[in-house]
Amino acid sequence: MYKPNDLILRTTTSLIAFILLGFAIYLLMAGHNSPGGGFVGGLMTASAFVLMYMSYGIETVKKILPINFRTLIPIGLLIAVGTGAGSFIFDVPFLSHTFGYFTLPIFGEIELATAMLFDIGVYVTVLGVTMTIILSIANDQ
Amino acid sequence: MIFTVLIPLLLACFVPLISKIKDKIHTGIFVFFIPLAIFLYYIQFVGSDFTTVNQTVDWIPALGINFDFYLDGLSLLFVLLISGIGALVVLYSIYYLGKGERLGHFYVYLLMFMSAMLGVVLSDNIFVLYTFWELTSISSFLLIGYWHFNERSRYGALKSMLITVFGGLSMFGAFILLSVITGTTSIQSMIEQKDIILNSTYLPFILVLLLLGAFTKSAQFPFHIWLPDAMEAPTPVSAYLHSATMVKAGLFLVARFSPIFSGYEWFFIIVSIVGIVTLCWGSYMAVRQTDLKAILAFSTISQLGMIMAMLGFGTEIAVYAAVFHILNHATFKGSLFMVAGIVDHETGTRDIRKLGGLLNFMPMTATLALFGTFSMAGVPLPFFNGFYSKELFFDSSIDLTAGISGFADFLVQVIPYLAVFGSIFTFVYSMYFFFGVFGGKKQFNLLPKKPHEAPIGMLISPIVLVLGVIIIGLFPNLVNGTFLAHAADAIKGAVTADQHIKFWHGWDSPAFMMSLIVVGIGTILTFTRKKWAGVYRFLPGKLSLFKFYDIVLDKLNSVSNGVTKQYMTGSLRLYVAIILGTTLTLTFITMGATDGFTIQFNNLSDVRIIDLSVVLIMIVAAVGTIFARHNVAIILIAGVVGYGVAVLFVIYRAPDLALTQLVIETVSVVLFLLCFYHMPKLRKRDETKRSKAVNIVISVGFGALMTIIGISAHSSKWFDSIANYFIETSYKLGGGHNIVNVILVDMRGFDTLFEITVLGIAALAIFSLIKLKKNKEAD
Repeated sequence: MYKPNDLILRTTTSLIAFILLGFAIYLLMAGHNSPGGGFVGGLMTASAFVLMYMSYGIETVKKILPINFRTLIPIGLLIAVGTGAGSFIFDVPFLSHTFGYFTLPIFGEIELATAMLFDIGVYVTVLGVTMTIILSIANDQ
Repeated sequence: MIFTVLIPLLLACFVPLISKIKDKIHTGIFVFFIPLAIFLYYIQFVGSDFTTVNQTVDWIPALGINFDFYLDGLSLLFVLLISGIGALVVLYSIYYLGKGERLGHFYVYLLMFMSAMLGVVLSDNIFVLYTFWELTSISSFLLIGYWHFNERSRYGALKSMLITVFGGLSMFGAFILLSVITGTTSIQSMIEQKDIILNSTYLPFILVLLLLGAFTKSAQFPFHIWLPDAMEAPTPVSAYLHSATMVKAGLFLVARFSPIFSGYEWFFIIVSIVGIVTLCWGSYMAVRQTDLKAILAFSTISQLGMIMAMLGFGTEIAVYAAVFHILNHATFKGSLFMVAGIVDHETGTRDIRKLGGLLNFMPMTATLALFGTFSMAGVPLPFFNGFYSKELFFDSSIDLTAGISGFADFLVQVIPYLAVFGSIFTFVYSMYFFFGVFGGKKQFNLLPKKPHEAPIGMLISPIVLVLGVIIIGLFPNLVNGTFLAHAADAIKGAVTADQHIKFWHGWDSPAFMMSLIVVGIGTILTFTRKKWAGVYRFLPGKLSLFKFYDIVLDKLNSVSNGVTKQYMTGSLRLYVAIILGTTLTLTFITMGATDGFTIQFNNLSDVRIIDLSVVLIMIVAAVGTIFARHNVAIILIAGVVGYGVAVLFVIYRAPDLALTQLVIETVSVVLFLLCFYHMPKLRKRDETKRSKAVNIVISVGFGALMTIIGISAHSSKWFDSIANYFIETSYKLGGGHNIVNVILVDMRGFDTLFEITVLGIAALAIFSLIKLKKNKEAD
């Protein structure tokens, strides 16, 4: 069986994937104040994973990333709905968000918003969705 | 009163229980007492001191639909006919239907019908009337199809259902119009407001729709075609429904509403013409039939036509004659049907060509038939009640005064001749019926059974009816003032003293001369029947309405089938073309009709080189997808359009959109490539020039439409944008500087929540599609 020698691809992938993942997390975190957000962050994470799958093969990546991406979909939706439903505790309408400023040891003063939690739900869902679709179709014989 | 209407329906619920023990006692014996009790209850109202009775029971008061029952002379006549003949028919059916039949079904349907019919004649509320009216159609349908294993029965049942329900729905339309115009649902209040109805612009519609209902139910020309086919029903049903009661519902309707319309000339014209034509055509066609019940069916049609014509004349004497004939016809036609049933039962056939010479074998039946047929023919002897009403009919036909319009004038001249013509044939078929069955040669070798006299139980009912014929014949004034005068009064209003029915009108009476002409010519025609029977080859010949109905029904099926096949081809291309074409046409028409297109140049930005060049590239790529011949090429070229959009987002300062668009475009291109890898190569479609042209027109048109809508939408900004609110409050309320993101997760987080749900469902759907397919392959 013909096996291509893709050393360059694999080497660069191990580097680029981390950069992509980092960029994805940046997009997610920065979304509230600059371009980005859960949606594009999720897609970017997915593209990092896809890159890994492409260069190392499905079996190998499954070993290092033992995640069932389908379960991410309900988890993400739960986070999003839970964030929305959390507002009931404070007796305000569904999906009312709030924000505040906190001083943390390393980061200094930062702004934390409940909208960010919602965005994380979006992020997880989009990641799960994209990976499920791509892996399902790619695995199809 | 309401109990008499509903009791048959309520007791019908218990009939199936009773019919379980039919081995010991015939179910009909229980049922027999129901109409008898109703008859006895209503007989108390007969008398010269009759006053109308009202009863109201709420049903749907909010809509003005209540069980308003109203008993006047007309309803009393019908109620007595329904319950009286109903009792006799049940008695007859006990002997006619063996215990092997499904008696439970039969009596449930019959009681249902009885209830419905009583409801029709007693209701004052038009919507309740309509409800019962349709119930008669349904129960009649069930009764005609009683022997449902018989193909002809099913055909007849369907035919009667289609025609009578068609009429019923028309009548419903008239009722709605009436109640809208007058603001009431009560017939009596409508009669009080008849000026409003007569001056309404809807009057022609009301009249035509109402009469459609009456004509279809009463088997008037050209809707008579269902009645001969309804003869597939058991004979008690034919005797009850198709001679005495249901077919008279149309007459009842016309009579009930004639106080409103009697001043309207078209009412006279339509009803008289239809009635007279039905009389002539029905009696003419009856002579042609060979089946006993078919003869009686056409005879019923013609007699109903005669009554209808008299109701159309609307003069005092005509109305009086009409109610008199309703009574007479019920007596002699009911007995004749029973006679036909006896002959069928005892000889095994109804074919008049095989019958003959039964006089000595069935003397009782023959006597009964003699009275029935001679009364039907109007033979001038004082113990045939048919003669009296026929005389009154002739009287009323020459008594008509000229109408206003020339046509009505002409009609008045013609009617007496047509009346005589129809009566001649009535005489001929009556004689044909009697002598065909009981006279002539014996030919018992043709009969399936050896004929013998019927059991006495079967003869009781026709005997009672024939006694009615004779008693009314001998003492016509017995039913006159106590009974018929009230009925005529209800139709015509203020009938002066009761009409005195005379047997002897004097030699110089034109009606008597007409009767003599009828008998004379009728006798000649009867004896020479074989010689002139050839005319039936020319008329109806090919003009048969029965064939016409079959063709219409057949065409209705095949044409609608064809039409559906034309557009439901299963081709998705065609459906899309239809959807887009319709959208296109409707939108362009709307736009043209409402002058919706606007274009303004004052609010436009400058066009830059970079915008132009990006758009140009996209246009080239878009056009390229049309002409590309390979599917991977198409995907890649389409990708160019997607990236072009992303660039446009960048240019128009939408960084979030640009980012998302870029990534999504990439992902979808990858997915497309994954999928199309497995797909077969594109084939060149064999398209005709025409379909190609249609496709081009639709696609270009749709593009143009969207462009025009875009321009119009841009040129007409009716409200200030709410964007300023978001710009101001994005940080204050949402705590973020990225307005797009704040809108997505905070201001309108609800949308986002369900968008990610959509994504999740899509992913799970794709996953399950692929997995399920695999499982299926494994099986």
